[in-house]
Amino acid sequence: MLLVHCPYCDETLPELEFTYGGEAHIARPENPADKTDDEWRDFLFIRTNVKGPHFERWRHAHGCGRFFNAVRDTVSDRFLTTYKADAPRPDLAVLLADASMKEPSK
Amino acid sequence: MTTFRVPGRGRVLHNRPVSFTFDGMTYQGLEGDTVASALIANGVQLMGRSFKYHRPRGPMAAGSEEPNALIGTRRGKGRFEPNTRATVQEIWNGLETNSQNKYPSLKFDVGAINDRAYMLFSAGFYYKTFMWPRSFWDKYYEPFIRAAAGLGVSPSEPDPDNYASRYLHTDVLIIGAGPAGLASARAAATAGLRVTLVDENSEPGGTLLSEPQASLDGTPAWDWLSAELDALTDLDVRIMTRTTAIGYYHQNMIALCQKLTDHQEKPAEGAPRERMWRVRAKQVILAQGALEKPLVFDGNDRPGVMLAGSAQTYLNRYGVRVGNKAVIVTSHDSAWYAAFDLASAGTQIEAIVDTRPTPNADLIKEAAARGITVLPGHTATGTSGRLRIKSVRVNKVENGKVLNARNISCDSLLICGGWTPTLHLFSHTKGSLKWDDESQTFLPDRITEECQIAGAGRGLWGIASALNDGAVMGAAAAKALGKSATTQTVTVANDRPGTGESHTELPTDLDPGKARAFVDYQNDVTAKDLRLAVREGMRSIEHVKRYTTNGMATDQGKMSNINGLNIAADALGKKQPEVGLTTFRPPYTPTSFGAFAGYHKGEHFEVTRKTPIDSWAEENGAVFEPVSLWRRAWYFPKDGEDMDAAVRRECRETRKSLGMFDASTLGKIEVVGPDAVEFMNRMYTNPWTKLAPGRTRYGLLLGDDGFIRDDGVIGRLSDDRFHITTTTGGAARVLNMMEDYLQTEWPDLKVWLTSTTEQWSTIALNGPNARNLIEPFVEGLDISDAAFPHMSIAECTFAGFPARLFRVSFTGELGFEINVPARHGRALWEKLFDAGQKYDICPYGTETMHVLRAEKGFIIVGQDTDGTVTPYDAGAGWAIGKNKPDFVGMRALNRPDLTAEGRKQLVGLLTEDGTSKLEEGAQIVLDPNQPIPMKMVGHVTSSYHSDAAGRPIALALVEGGHGKTGDTVYIPMPDRTIKATITGTTFYDPEGARLKL
Ligand SMILES: [Zn+2]
Repeated sequence: MLLVHCPYCDETLPELEFTYGGEAHIARPENPADKTDDEWRDFLFIRTNVKGPHFERWRHAHGCGRFFNAVRDTVSDRFLTTYKADAPRPDLAVLLADASMKEPSK
Repeated sequence: MTTFRVPGRGRVLHNRPVSFTFDGMTYQGLEGDTVASALIANGVQLMGRSFKYHRPRGPMAAGSEEPNALIGTRRGKGRFEPNTRATVQEIWNGLETNSQNKYPSLKFDVGAINDRAYMLFSAGFYYKTFMWPRSFWDKYYEPFIRAAAGLGVSPSEPDPDNYASRYLHTDVLIIGAGPAGLASARAAATAGLRVTLVDENSEPGGTLLSEPQASLDGTPAWDWLSAELDALTDLDVRIMTRTTAIGYYHQNMIALCQKLTDHQEKPAEGAPRERMWRVRAKQVILAQGALEKPLVFDGNDRPGVMLAGSAQTYLNRYGVRVGNKAVIVTSHDSAWYAAFDLASAGTQIEAIVDTRPTPNADLIKEAAARGITVLPGHTATGTSGRLRIKSVRVNKVENGKVLNARNISCDSLLICGGWTPTLHLFSHTKGSLKWDDESQTFLPDRITEECQIAGAGRGLWGIASALNDGAVMGAAAAKALGKSATTQTVTVANDRPGTGESHTELPTDLDPGKARAFVDYQNDVTAKDLRLAVREGMRSIEHVKRYTTNGMATDQGKMSNINGLNIAADALGKKQPEVGLTTFRPPYTPTSFGAFAGYHKGEHFEVTRKTPIDSWAEENGAVFEPVSLWRRAWYFPKDGEDMDAAVRRECRETRKSLGMFDASTLGKIEVVGPDAVEFMNRMYTNPWTKLAPGRTRYGLLLGDDGFIRDDGVIGRLSDDRFHITTTTGGAARVLNMMEDYLQTEWPDLKVWLTSTTEQWSTIALNGPNARNLIEPFVEGLDISDAAFPHMSIAECTFAGFPARLFRVSFTGELGFEINVPARHGRALWEKLFDAGQKYDICPYGTETMHVLRAEKGFIIVGQDTDGTVTPYDAGAGWAIGKNKPDFVGMRALNRPDLTAEGRKQLVGLLTEDGTSKLEEGAQIVLDPNQPIPMKMVGHVTSSYHSDAAGRPIALALVEGGHGKTGDTVYIPMPDRTIKATITGTTFYDPEGARLKL
């Protein structure tokens, strides 16, 4: 079971308190009626499905109830960071550099 | 004293005899024995039959890695467990055990015919043999495989035991309490850390328990161990025995399964049998040691063949000699010590056969001093003896040539092909391994968790190096936690480090194609099977594994994986690291379902939600059904009524006069704020701006994909306040979805959402007398049809309680729903029930609710819809606010797929004979005479007998259904084909006259 840091509660808590919410930074278009069928299809269904660092949403469902964003490596299942829903998308290069500093002691 | 017991030897209590049974025979053992050690002490080596060939087998090992000696244990009524390793189960007075995979008896087994026919059962046998004809599967193949595939028999009674579950937070968790683990614990504890030390054995000590000859700092090993355990206890180290680390999960979470009562004759009443610990450790030290590898040669599986290190354990820990006349076949120094120990205890060592041409000179000298024949540079090429080994065939090997054979008679054959570090848990963490050419094994490489590996787990042999490395790793764990540890150096005398060489199959002068040289004992996989798999095209070790089933038994290849890899690599002509190792997965050893389930069984399996009116329903004979987590009254049978009769009566009485229904489980969400109406407009399909306070509307909720997610009646209480109702099962999901849009898409909207499901008790009253009943209870509100028409909502005082009153109908009858604070629910229900007697008020349950709504064609989301149904498909296009600029799902409704011809649409179905009730879920076809497989055009979603319609009615999703009214369709059933006509979805009072009372 993962430990997840809620950026609103500022606490690291068991995964059981959280629910996964799919890929992050996919904003619902302002005026859906103006979108083509393909654009709307992409909004609904097309996801990056990355192998590696993945920007994704979580909800502290059994806690503060807030949705927030995270970067999690889908290979190692390790969180690189979590951040508030309205915070900008973090720089992946910086995150990866940080993460390699934090590798377990050899 | 039994034949093979050595007086005074071992850690068993010689003055405490214990009697137990094996296959109905009573045996004597000693306190401290396992079933295996006690049976060996009685001269019993035959403990089971193998899985595929039903070959007679005895224990290969003395610990949890045992592949052969699997037994059933019975600990009184209901307490039967199959596949317990006899090498782990401790004995107590009255324990009943039995062997497995045998018929009619262990000594004579008809399944052993498989063994004679072994040429037929080669690798991939199942894939090749049971291919066709398809019709043979159900009748012949599957029953045959199920009968033959026996690893024991499943228990048939419910498990009466309790299982516990706990969390543990610790600074350092050390897995394995051998020398390395003990030293790690000492180092970490001196740094002031909270240390937990666990071991799967009944007592800590690991190798020290099997090597009493060693002397640590001048103290005999067992005295040192005892003092060290005291010292650790003084340092507050938590030591847990009979505790297996079964899985190593992310962020240093380890699952431990602690066995609490299986070793006890009289467990305390109600005591948990096992306890699952979920441990979160800041640092983990894996000190699990190493497992001995068998040598692979023809006949290496007869009862009496055993790993040499295990024989040493039986002798030194349990005081049992494994035989009277033993031969050792080894490629590693360690087996020599087993020979010397057994010789000292009175076992005749017929020969030490070493595959190496020049074994260690000191060992040869020691053997000579004891008068033991040494055969260096030899190979083993066969064995004889059916129920117990009688002899071993050995040959000298010179310049790669296998010379003439000689047979040496024996009753025990002790084999050793070297040692494999136990890295199963490390493998769970996805830590990477690197091949070590010198030791011919994989060692840990890249570590992914906050974890250290100590001792034999990283290829360090001997007590001294384990102790030293353990201390270093304990200190490293402390350092990682910002503490500093003092490490002690222990001087070890009579230590037994050693070296050896690794083999694939041992060389032979016989036809290797006929050799029964076992690699995986539990799944009966031979070296020949592995080579065949490679010849037949398997290249990846994962394919070889699955094709041969090597390493796929319950022991997960603890003994077989490296031998399997060596042989597969050889067959492929590659180096081992190029072939790679299969992944070990949790659990480390087989673990009971009970331990995983813990407290979650019976009534505690999951939460049961009950409404405040539930107790009344129970007292009044309701039959209940689960609806999501709720327990709901299903129907209220009266004197001897079955469900059908009860539901018909409830329907009849409700339509005739008055019915009452506990609707408290309906999800309720309060939407409040200046932007509440805008939020409602965006979430629901319907237009809300013009809905006046005091009015309600049926709301339809879609996903942005355009499919129906939920529905319910929504009341507007004031300009900025809505009372939403959702389906019973959808409440949490709907709130989550609303929060999602509110928080992440429209954070600018000033709206607050509150779940109020459990704040209100909701009582639905339906029937022509509904108003007559409630009118006297209502204060401050005119509820006449003119003043309070259908689809109204108001706050009022009802029977003295503050209430929200809806005029709404899910039955087609005049209806009201009264919401009062939950705590008043039962009181109000009783008042209404009492007052309703003059109208013959009828409490009804969910089944009647379903029938009444189906008669009106009202859908149930999740029953008549399935996540692929749009409002138009469901015939609810009228609920869409077409002039709104946007709502969730609006754009998707114009996608080509959602407007295409031939979508499944909700229709009514009436069976032609007027009496057949269709089965929910039944498939629908247009032409019953078409060839199988038929083209299915839809399925029945709801089906009931309807008294109001005078016949069975059904709802169904049918391709292009809205254009097929009046058409005939067919519903093929196992015994007949039912003919039905497509109709509209309203079966009763289509004009809605009954609502207008
Ligand atoms: Zn939170």
